[in-house]
Amino acid sequence: MAKVVAVTGNEACANALRQVNPDVCGIYPITPQTDMMQRYASYISDGKVKTEPILVESEHSSMSACIGASAAGGRVITATSSQGLALMWEMLHIASGDRLPIIMPVVNRALSAPLNIHGDHSDAMGCRDTGWIQIWSENAQEAYDNTIQAFRVGEHMDIRLPVMVCMDGFIISHSIERMEYLEDAEVQNFVGEFQNLYPLLDLDKPKSYGPLILTDLYHEYKRAQHEVMLKVKNVVLDVAKDFEKMSGRKYGLFETYRLEDADIALVILNSAAGTSKDVVDDFRSRGIKAGLLKPRLFRPFPYEEIAEALKNTKAVCVMDRSDSFGGYGPLFMEISSALYQLQQKPALINKIYGLGGRDYLPSHGELVFNELNEIAKSGKINIIKEYIGVRE
Amino acid sequence: MKQKGWKDLVPGSVILEGGSAVKFKTGSWRAYRPVWKEENCIQCLFCWIYCPDMSIKVKDGKRGEFDYDYCKGCGICALECPGKKGVKAIVMIEEGT
Repeated sequence: MAKVVAVTGNEACANALRQVNPDVCGIYPITPQTDMMQRYASYISDGKVKTEPILVESEHSSMSACIGASAAGGRVITATSSQGLALMWEMLHIASGDRLPIIMPVVNRALSAPLNIHGDHSDAMGCRDTGWIQIWSENAQEAYDNTIQAFRVGEHMDIRLPVMVCMDGFIISHSIERMEYLEDAEVQNFVGEFQNLYPLLDLDKPKSYGPLILTDLYHEYKRAQHEVMLKVKNVVLDVAKDFEKMSGRKYGLFETYRLEDADIALVILNSAAGTSKDVVDDFRSRGIKAGLLKPRLFRPFPYEEIAEALKNTKAVCVMDRSDSFGGYGPLFMEISSALYQLQQKPALINKIYGLGGRDYLPSHGELVFNELNEIAKSGKINIIKEYIGVRE
Repeated sequence: MKQKGWKDLVPGSVILEGGSAVKFKTGSWRAYRPVWKEENCIQCLFCWIYCPDMSIKVKDGKRGEFDYDYCKGCGICALECPGKKGVKAIVMIEEGT
């Protein structure tokens, strides 16, 4: 039986991790994630989980400890944000290259400089090429559900890859929402007993992690890593199907909202998608066919499926809560690549919004939809990439 | 030897056997070669302990010749060697001379 609660995103994720009860947890504080690992540390102190905590001196060490524990053969978690994720960078590649299914909630926050603790997507977008699976979450419920599903995806024997579960810093991590918890037994049954692959602690079968691979085989190892990523979409969908049977909540590679017959659409990640759905409703009530697509699986990116979902629109705006300075927004680059393969494609623009936790308001969505409406009629784009909600 | 294709690889580049370093001969890295002067050797076996690889062969408790297939020429053995009355039993000479 589901239990209805009023909790923050951090609390929801900490509870999901408690229900899974992993073997090892690397812990280092960083705003706005701190509160999640603090709660998890309380579960450990109170004897509610059997997890071995490793209190480290940096996120680089935290990810290193997780890599060691995962290679040893344990089910391993950690969590981080922003600078912490940035400090993990080189170890992120090692976790994925070694094919270690470490599960890590990432509470999205802006990167320095200037120093800022609030929510944007610069941190996770920056590490999109590290070989981790990325699943993004609109609200506390999705962050909780995605965290539980992440174990099944990453630990799948055909996959064995680390997974980061993203949610917006403060907006979701620290806001209290109504959501539903699953029963502990349901979650444990869903994720199942941890199956290890090549555990270092199996002393009867000695093995080595992290060998030197030079020009003779490195290229082949990366090709194999690419192949594994190609299998992730199906596993994500299978896991989502099982999760729906248990919870009644449906997940896919992305969510569409009133997109089927839409002329104009936003593509937008995480919490701002919720705000934008209200704007879509408002435009629909005025007879304008607006819609929305919210990516969930960002790595691997479902190019064909998203192109299929957007192919009948006339104008689309990709909303980025981070910037690739000197380039387009990172989400725009993906959508643009997806649409390029279509014979007939919608006009495409890119707006950068909400950096460093700047509020994203319904009025911002309205301005964008009005512009899209004009583009859909005229077919004319003035500026491809533009900041919105910014003071002149 | 036929080289492996990408479908033949162990996930995560894990090496699933112990002691596989024996297959990788590193002696060609060497710029300086240690030479054993048996007449100055007191059989203390410091060289055997200090060698970071397994390039000092010991049989029946006695030091034998170097295993040059794995000696990278680091010179630690020559440095640690106490020799006989201050005369070293291991000296480093430049390869190819």
